[in-house]
Amino acid sequence: MSSVRRGRAQRSNRPGDLKPPVNGMGDGDARREFEERLRVWEFTTLRDALARHPERRETFVTTSSRPVKRLYTPLDLPEDAAARIGVPGEFPYTRGIHPTMYRGRPWTMRMFAGYGSAEDTNERFKYLIAHGETGLSVAFDMPTLYGYDTDDAEAKGEFGTCGVAVSSLQDMETLFDGIDVGAISTSMTINSPAAIIWGMYLGMAESKGVPWSDLRGTIQNDILKEYQAQKEWIFPPEPSMRLVVDTFEFGSRHVPKWNTISISGYHIREAGATAAQELAFTLANGMEYVRWGIDRGLKVDDFAPRLSFFFNAHNDLLEEVAKYRAARRIWAREMRDTFGARSPRSWVLRFHAQTAGVSLTAQQPEMNIVRTTVQALAAVLGGAQSLHTNSYDEAYQVPNEKAVRIALRTQQILAHESGVATTVDPLGGAYMVEALTDELEEEAYAYFDRIAQLGGVIPAIRKGFFQQEIANSAYRYQREIEDRERTIVGVNDFVVDEQPEVEPLRVTEASYRAQLARLRRTRKMRDARRHERALDRLRKACEGDDNTMPLVLEAIKAKATLGELCDVMREAFGVWEEPLLY
Amino acid sequence: MRERVPPRTRRALPGIRDLVKGLRAGDKRAAGKLISLIEDDEPEATEALAALHPFTGKAHIVGFTGPPGVGKSSLISRLVREFRERGKRVGVVAVDPTSPYTGGAVLGDRIRMTESGTDPGVFIRSMATRGHAGGLALATFEAVAVLDAMGMDLVFVETVGAGQSEVEIASRAHTTVVVQMPLTGDAVQVLKAGILEIGDVYVVNKVDLGDPESLIANLSFQIAARDGWTPPILKTSAPEGLGLPELADALLRHRDFLETSGLLRTRELSRAREEILENARRLLARQVRDLTSAGKRFEALAGRVVDRAMDPHAAAVAILRDATPKRR
Amino acid sequence: MPKKIRVLIAKPGLDGHDRGAKVIARALRDAGMEVIYTGLRQTPEDIVEAAIQEDVDAIGLSCLSGAHMALFLDVVKLLRKRKAGDIVVAGGGIIPEEDVPRLKKAGIKAVFGPGTPLGEIVAFFEKAAKGA
Repeated sequence: MSSVRRGRAQRSNRPGDLKPPVNGMGDGDARREFEERLRVWEFTTLRDALARHPERRETFVTTSSRPVKRLYTPLDLPEDAAARIGVPGEFPYTRGIHPTMYRGRPWTMRMFAGYGSAEDTNERFKYLIAHGETGLSVAFDMPTLYGYDTDDAEAKGEFGTCGVAVSSLQDMETLFDGIDVGAISTSMTINSPAAIIWGMYLGMAESKGVPWSDLRGTIQNDILKEYQAQKEWIFPPEPSMRLVVDTFEFGSRHVPKWNTISISGYHIREAGATAAQELAFTLANGMEYVRWGIDRGLKVDDFAPRLSFFFNAHNDLLEEVAKYRAARRIWAREMRDTFGARSPRSWVLRFHAQTAGVSLTAQQPEMNIVRTTVQALAAVLGGAQSLHTNSYDEAYQVPNEKAVRIALRTQQILAHESGVATTVDPLGGAYMVEALTDELEEEAYAYFDRIAQLGGVIPAIRKGFFQQEIANSAYRYQREIEDRERTIVGVNDFVVDEQPEVEPLRVTEASYRAQLARLRRTRKMRDARRHERALDRLRKACEGDDNTMPLVLEAIKAKATLGELCDVMREAFGVWEEPLLY
Repeated sequence: MRERVPPRTRRALPGIRDLVKGLRAGDKRAAGKLISLIEDDEPEATEALAALHPFTGKAHIVGFTGPPGVGKSSLISRLVREFRERGKRVGVVAVDPTSPYTGGAVLGDRIRMTESGTDPGVFIRSMATRGHAGGLALATFEAVAVLDAMGMDLVFVETVGAGQSEVEIASRAHTTVVVQMPLTGDAVQVLKAGILEIGDVYVVNKVDLGDPESLIANLSFQIAARDGWTPPILKTSAPEGLGLPELADALLRHRDFLETSGLLRTRELSRAREEILENARRLLARQVRDLTSAGKRFEALAGRVVDRAMDPHAAAVAILRDATPKRR
Repeated sequence: MPKKIRVLIAKPGLDGHDRGAKVIARALRDAGMEVIYTGLRQTPEDIVEAAIQEDVDAIGLSCLSGAHMALFLDVVKLLRKRKAGDIVVAGGGIIPEEDVPRLKKAGIKAVFGPGTPLGEIVAFFEKAAKGA
């Protein structure tokens, strides 16, 4: 079954065939004059300067090892620049998805947070809201991410260390205690058990009297990238995709303002991918989800508007900006022309961004504040709808209060003091940005072809294609650092021998005991027969074709825990074993 | 130019007798250490192998060969579980290639056998070819002997799948399993020369990913009965556990066949011959190495070859005359 | 013939961030070592068992989820229980500075935080194989 086709009729460029762009300046005298001017410049001014002072290196490359030119000029603009670049708020959305962007409203400042127990994290949420964050984002601990209750043997030593432990509806209620979920949007970074955790959120909203039609938020729910990069899988691909489409279907009917997926490139990039790979693999995954939704019988315009995206904001500002713009353009084209979506709401790529965790250093950690600032700037210049900025201590731990406040303030300074939010797509038309946007787009399509040759995303996952590409890029990047071809300040140059001072943040024994107590109470105080029946009905639904969401909700209300629900699914769906090493 | 790592100080080793005793009692640490001794070609290795030899000969040695990517590791992993359910103890020796440039290796077969990792009735050892040209390491079958002496009912040997590994495996294993997989697409599948003659059992794996029928037809047409045994052709799919009980049955049937037909002794004799020759080759090679590293005599001979006073063959004869196999 | 150094690289617990572990495995291979990479989701029992069967010189543990204290110490304890305490253990990942002394006292020979040059890690394992 052929999976990925290009929508544009006039795609005459073959991958790798980057023809020198023709007509940014039109075809006539202006162009010829400028070409001449450039030639003269090369042979006089430039040559003299190089003779006096050669360049620092032979080639300059981006963070993704992409070579960059010395100078980009109008000649680098594409033939149909005006059409390709377009205007914001209109197809192909290169310049942004709204005509007014941040002049209407700044991006949502959404800080990923979570550690310890639900009480601990509830406190952190309130702290962040008090300091001006405008959206919530939940980080779960390892056991939760993998579908284990806090008291499961697999959870040993892992309670609350990298996120909040949520094993039950009661935990979810505690997590959002005192927070008006009808008034603020919540993003939850949860994948394999996303349907269940979402179910708990919906149950919690119900118990607060907030109608589902008012709820805004996102579940990450992007299982494909788990197999490729983040590795938080439980079940094999096909049943997992079925669960994802169940949420699309359920969401489109009952929770219309909710993004039932956040198709992610962040993790793919963190695992070592280049910007082009991040772009290509994310969008290929996205198209796969669309395909599965359509195969289920859903109308594309019924679910596509609620697909959202999540990209990395890495070091190389200009390459990142180009990446976001290419993403919007490719997605708009594919949705309209390949999948036949009619509503513009289906064409727009909305994305959350997070600054690159992997770039944070343990050495001279205060410097991470600077890194995060540059990366956040890239996301803003690239038109992100929502943004998380990392804290400077994250090479050591989950952020402490002081560190996270600085990270939040970073966004506020960008929004209110830097001036970049006063106009739409300020870098639009910049020769380099437009050239890189086009380059990244070309490379993405070359990857789409490759993936199609391998039989599609899921066969390619089974063959280890993505994993291998990512591991190779990661290794090459590390070698560049080892060979001093790439400088990391404080790590392989500008090194200082000092002990960093980072105030520790610890998960307490008390939190652990509180969580275990709550879990025990949940199990004790439930109607055993109702609980058993609900799990039974869920099992049958998993084994059959019915949408599992209503049964998940029923079981949650019967006080089933995360681990119990996942065990039912493990039995019904099986568990995934990673096929290849490298 | 990579820096040579100076020979490491040998960690204090218990005596060989203790190790063998431990091995016979099922101590995995002893097994691990014995295999290392042999792999590293320590002076005690000969003593160890001699001490083990009386206890070997009971395990059913099954070799798995087939191209890379065909799923040998996952298949073996499933097969181990199948035999464990039947109450058998299983050893696995998995071989991966050593990089000719760096001398290092990433041994990644174990990763697919994690479920069996802590099972007391299973022992898995990863080996690198360490420069040996075939798909096996020199020490592979000696490691098998260690596991045999330990009391394993079956020992699986997984090869790299390249080179002449099929031939090596076939000469040293009791049962040789050739694993293939159907090609996706229209390409006509060309089977590697030699594999059609050495397999005792043929497996077409990953049948969930492609249509196996034409490959199976191809194989059936070309595989002939040998010595009274018609190699079965089986379909398997490791993730679903499809075909595994049948494969286990086929292996057991082949073993029975070898015993009842008397072929087992024939094969054992052939194995013994191969092992003796292999040992002799190594002894000689060591002698030659020792002699040629001694320097002056060798240099003199080399000089004479260059001056055309002697041809290389005559020089080799001269060296060998000096090399009397000594008992170490 | 210099003896081959055998190292086990393992990811204990649920943490799935394996970029570093895989890069290090490759670097050790490039330095001429035999690396057994156990893959993800290993229990301390899995790791110790593998270390014993493979008779490795050293183990490298990687954990980025903050669960290192419990998991790394379990590995060391188990190794000692199985009389394999001579296998050298190093750890890496996201580990607060305060935890390092405690880890070392418990038997983790070295802790490699983010940014540690590969050369340093390679040198450590070379030394560990000789020393023990």
